[in-house]
Amino acid sequence: MPVNADAVGRSYGPGEPYEVTRVKIREFADAVGAPSEAHRSVEAAKAAGFSDLVAPTTFAVVIAQRAEFPAIVDPEVGVDFSKVVHADERFVHHRPLVAGDVISAVVHIENIVQRAGISMVTTRAELTDATGEPVSTVTSTLAVREDA
Amino acid sequence: MSGRPEFSGLSVGDVVATQEVAITRDTLVRYAGASGDFNPIHYNDVFAESVGLPGVIAHGMFTMGAAASVVETWAGPGNVVDFQTRFSRPIPVPNPGEAVATVTCKIGALDDEATTARVDVTVEFDGQKVLSKAQAVVACA
Repeated sequence: MPVNADAVGRSYGPGEPYEVTRVKIREFADAVGAPSEAHRSVEAAKAAGFSDLVAPTTFAVVIAQRAEFPAIVDPEVGVDFSKVVHADERFVHHRPLVAGDVISAVVHIENIVQRAGISMVTTRAELTDATGEPVSTVTSTLAVREDA
Repeated sequence: MSGRPEFSGLSVGDVVATQEVAITRDTLVRYAGASGDFNPIHYNDVFAESVGLPGVIAHGMFTMGAAASVVETWAGPGNVVDFQTRFSRPIPVPNPGEAVATVTCKIGALDDEATTARVDVTVEFDGQKVLSKAQAVVACA
């Protein structure tokens, strides 16, 4: 079944909020080799001007990919995950993400472009904090191969 | 935030950071656990080959995250306000052994009004670019 281009404009979430923890920030920083002690030591983070451990640049993908999941598996969108390649990704940070943040995410299907047996499905995840203020916007495009 | 790069000292074309990143299967398992991305193409050769890949490949988001870490060695934590890339080629990761990618960060543009620097990030593996249009915007002081 091909991707349904009429799915553009659909939204998903917010689901259960994501609680950003010190343990997860340290684990992610180690996994991507993020160098700063401000990802690991609360003292170092505070000395650098953050309220708590600060997340590495791409940490928000942990929250965004969870939030994108309902869109990817929605039969009305029609993405076959076994035929998916990640095409592009963008993070726009409105403020640094820190441990203690409780983040809600709403995902929008921003665009679907179909050509030559490939559907490019772009989602935009808007991450907001517990007070509703914007934290990050994460845009992601999946290339989905369509069966001939 | 402290530790922002000094804007007045920057020129377009400056190489501000470069680093080699060695990727092993251990690296990918760690990234899978940290990120929650458990697609088996990143740890299972049989599965990866069944979908037409040469074998296990690195997560594109691992490569992007590792590139961001190199930007951060210069920019400081929390100062990359925008980072985007396209994923143009996969990095196959052997077992045993390692794949070594080279990350280079160069000033691509300077915005006087916003006091930000655009850093153009190149990630090369096996003589070819694996990311394209990889650009980070860094808040400077």
